[in-house]
Amino acid sequence: MAWPTPAAQTRLKRRKWLDRAFHRLMLISAILVVGSLLLILGIILGKSLPALKISMITRTPGTGYYLGQEGGILNAIVGSLEITTGATLLAIILALPGVIFLNTYLKKKSARAEVVRLMLDILWGIPSIVYGAFGFLLMLTLHLRASLLAGMVTLALVELPVLARSVDETMRLVPSELKEATFSLGASRWQTATRVVLRQVFPGLTTAVLIALGRGLGDAASVLFTAGYTDRLTTSLLQPVATLPLAIFFQLNSPFPEVQQRAYASAAILTLMILAISLAARFLGRRLGRHRIK
Amino acid sequence: MKKESLVVRISGLSAFFPVILVSAIFLAIFLKALPLLTIKSWWHLVFSSAWQPQKGEFGLWAFIMGTISVTAVALVLALPVSLLTSLYLAEYAPNRVRKIILPALDLLAGLPSVIYGMWGMLMVVPLVSKYLAPFFGTSSSGYCALTAGVVLAVMIMPTIINVSLEVLASVPASLKEAALALGATRFEVVRHVILKKARPGILAACVLGLGRAFGETIAVLMVVGNVPQIPRSLFSPAYPIPALLANNYGEMLSIPGYESALNLAALILLMLVIIFSLLARLYLSRLVRRSG
Repeated sequence: MAWPTPAAQTRLKRRKWLDRAFHRLMLISAILVVGSLLLILGIILGKSLPALKISMITRTPGTGYYLGQEGGILNAIVGSLEITTGATLLAIILALPGVIFLNTYLKKKSARAEVVRLMLDILWGIPSIVYGAFGFLLMLTLHLRASLLAGMVTLALVELPVLARSVDETMRLVPSELKEATFSLGASRWQTATRVVLRQVFPGLTTAVLIALGRGLGDAASVLFTAGYTDRLTTSLLQPVATLPLAIFFQLNSPFPEVQQRAYASAAILTLMILAISLAARFLGRRLGRHRIK
Repeated sequence: MKKESLVVRISGLSAFFPVILVSAIFLAIFLKALPLLTIKSWWHLVFSSAWQPQKGEFGLWAFIMGTISVTAVALVLALPVSLLTSLYLAEYAPNRVRKIILPALDLLAGLPSVIYGMWGMLMVVPLVSKYLAPFFGTSSSGYCALTAGVVLAVMIMPTIINVSLEVLASVPASLKEAALALGATRFEVVRHVILKKARPGILAACVLGLGRAFGETIAVLMVVGNVPQIPRSLFSPAYPIPALLANNYGEMLSIPGYESALNLAALILLMLVIIFSLLARLYLSRLVRRSG
C-alpha cells in the first residue's frame, strides 16, 4: 500500500491543526497580557491627565480641600519622596553588607547561605500588610506615634528582600576567576568584595535600588498604620507623613466629584513617577554596564 | 587586619538579619494572637463565621472564605493566560517580540496596587455590574469577589510568567531537539517534553502567584465590597483577610479580644504565605538540582 495511508494523512492533518491552534492560543494570551498593561495605562492616564492641574503639584491642601476647594497634593508628593528615599537608604544599609558577606565570605553551597536565601524568599513573599502590622506593633512597643520614622523603617523592611534578592542574584553571576585573580594579587577578601565585586555589580545594584525604590513608592499597605497622614509638609522624623498611594486611596473614597478628579490626577503623578523609575532602571542598568568584565 | 575583622563581623550579622526578621515578625504576631487562643479553641475561631466583636464573637471563617474565593478566581483566570504566554515567550516568540513583551511585564509588575485598584473601580466594576451580572441573570453592585479576582489575576500574571520563564529556560534544548527529530510537531514537544519536564517548576510559579494573591491588600480592598459574610456567589461582596486588617488594624478599639483576633487573622495570613513560599522553593530547588 502506498504511504502515507489515508489514515496517516488525516492523523497528520489533525496534528498540524492542533499545532496551529495552540500557536494561536499562545499569541492571544501574549496579546492579552500586553493588552491589559496598555488598557490599564490607557484608562488611568486617559482619565487622569485631563484632571491634572499645575496647582496639584505646587500646593498643599488648603482649607476645605476635601470638600472640593483649592489646593494640591504637594504634601503627598514630598512625603512619598521623603519616606521612600529614607526607606531605600535604610534598606541598602541593612541588606548590602549581608549580601556581600554571603557572596564573598561563605562558600558557594554553604548551608548557612542557603538558609539566609530561603529566609529572603520568605520575606519577599510576606504581604506588605503584614509588615504594616509588624511595624505597628513595633511602634506600640517603642511608644512611637505614626510618623515618618516609623513608616520609613516599615517600608525599609518591605524593600529589603526585593533589594537583597536582586543584588544577590547579580553578585552570584560574578565569575569566580575574577575573584581568584584578585586573590592571587594579594588582595584580601574585603578588598576583593569592595573594589572588584561591588564595582562589577554596580549596574545591577543600581537597577536593584531603583526597583526597590519603585516598590516603596507604590506601597500603601505598609504605611497605612505606620506613617499616618498629614496635610502639611513633613519636616521632622517624628511627624506623620502623607504618601501618594494613600492620597489616591483617600480621595477616591470621597463622595465629591472634584475630589475624585484629584484622585485621578494624583494617580497620573504616581504612575508617571513609577514609569520614570522603571525606565531609568532599564536605561541606567544598560549604560553603566558598558565597562563590566564579562 | 583588625579593621577588616570588625567589618566582617558587622556584615556577617547583617547577613543573618533576614533570619532574625522572619522570626521577629512571626513571634510578634503570634504573641499578640495568643491571648484569644488561650480563651477559645482555634477550631472555633477559624471555622465559625460569626464576626461580632462587640459580643465577643471572633469567627474568621467568612474572611478566610473571602480570601479563598477571590484568590481562586484570580488563579483560574491568570493561570492559563500566564502559562500560554510564558510558553510563547520561551519557545516561539521571535526576539523582537520578546523585547517588547518582557519590559511590558516589568512595567506591569511595577505598577502600584492602588493604581490596579483604581483601574478596577473605573473599568472592571462597571463591566461586572452593567454587563456580566445581568448576563448571568443576577444583579451586582460590581464590588464583588469576581471583580477583585479579575484585578488580582492581572496583578499576579507577571509573577507567574517570570518564574515560569526561568523554569522553561532550564529544560535542556537537547531534549526538545530529540523530540523534534522524531517528527513531533512543536505542540507535541511542548506537551510531551517541555511540560512534563517543567511541571514542578510551573507548579511552584503558581504557588508563588498564589502567595502574592493571598496578601494583596489595597487593590482588593478597593473593589471587593468589604461585607463580612461568606460570599454566596462570585457576584456578592466578600471581605478577605488583608482588607480586614487594612480597615481595622490601625485603630484597634478597646473591645477585649479584638486586637488579638486581628492578630490571629494576620497570623493565619502569614503562616499560609510562609508555607507557600517554602513549598515553591522546595519544588524550584529540586528542579534546578535535577537539571543542573
